[in-house]
Amino acid sequence: MNTAIITQNVPKVVWEELSQSFVVPTSDLIEVVHLLKDHAEFEMDYVSNVAGVDWLARKEKVKNADGTETEVEKPGYLEVVYHFYSMKRKHGPVALRCRTNRENPIVPSITPVFRGAEFQEREIYDLYGIQFSGHPDLRRILMWDEFKDFPMRKDYKEPDDYEWEPTPHDEVLEKAQTHYAKPNP
Amino acid sequence: MAVDEGLKSELQKAGVFLTTVEGVYNWGRRSSIWPLQFGLACCAIEMIATACSRFDLARFGAEVFRPSPRQADLMIVAGTVTKKMAPQVVRLYNQMPEPKYVIAMGACAISGGPFKQGYNVLKGIDRFIPVDVHIPGCPPRPEALLNALMFLQRQIDQQHLTGSGKVRWYDDTEPSEFPIPQYGAKDLVPPFNRSVWHPEKIQRGAA
Repeated sequence: MNTAIITQNVPKVVWEELSQSFVVPTSDLIEVVHLLKDHAEFEMDYVSNVAGVDWLARKEKVKNADGTETEVEKPGYLEVVYHFYSMKRKHGPVALRCRTNRENPIVPSITPVFRGAEFQEREIYDLYGIQFSGHPDLRRILMWDEFKDFPMRKDYKEPDDYEWEPTPHDEVLEKAQTHYAKPNP
Repeated sequence: MAVDEGLKSELQKAGVFLTTVEGVYNWGRRSSIWPLQFGLACCAIEMIATACSRFDLARFGAEVFRPSPRQADLMIVAGTVTKKMAPQVVRLYNQMPEPKYVIAMGACAISGGPFKQGYNVLKGIDRFIPVDVHIPGCPPRPEALLNALMFLQRQIDQQHLTGSGKVRWYDDTEPSEFPIPQYGAKDLVPPFNRSVWHPEKIQRGAA
């Protein structure tokens, strides 16, 4: 499988060596998915996995030309990861990553192309709050409709509704101390 | 009023059968506890095993799992109660006719179990409905469920129909239904029923 076809056809797509996947801009996602589905080289007929990731802001060391290192602040982002296989050609996976900001996360839905992505996109919407434009039925799937938060995001604060561990430590200890400061329900 | 066991036995030998209304009521109730047929997670598999031939729940008169809450006496909460499921469980409990009993089966149903720290799991069904027997275990063995049922039978045997210690459903001041929690923006509203759930005060030194 010659995956270079993807970068040749859609020049904005970048192969990321570390994660062994293609980083696709949101504007080109549908084009790449159509390419994977229809191109004779791929004939991808099965989207096995659609997953959300919340990446925190982090500091990264970048080497300068003179050999010194500078720390660069990388902002956090939300990401959708797709895995495609071909049942027909018995090859795969091809992994795509689609990155979007945390403030207004919108990613085009691939459900019109692969119906199998429908529930997984709904789940990502439910837990990460990523809007999938063009999704036929974007509702919460696991949490109830009245729920407001996105629980899988790193900044999610869960409701304080359990009496704490008998032997708390570390983070749980911190929570326990604030918890016991409150009057017992 | 209890009948003296020795006197009862002597009278029976003479062909006189003596009992109390309370005794007959309790005998009837404990000998045909029909559970509500529903399972929430893996504990339900153990519950099914308990009902099958190897462990044979029928020995205790409780083999008739009813698919309708209107015909059930016992709710076996078998499995993790998610916050999304909790209102339905409370509603089913409200729909059961009295007398009704609840067995919270397994670590999840009594406390949230391994999912206790999860945002979407109810930390014990006893936050919303009164539980008669708690069974720990993950999942509890069928023997544990049988033991819980026998324990419940002993509890039923000691019920009183009248007087100050009478059962809840003969007391007009006690509620027969329990408020169904609503789905809120962050959690269930209310997160627990204060009249049902009395958490133990955790005593601990300065942590």
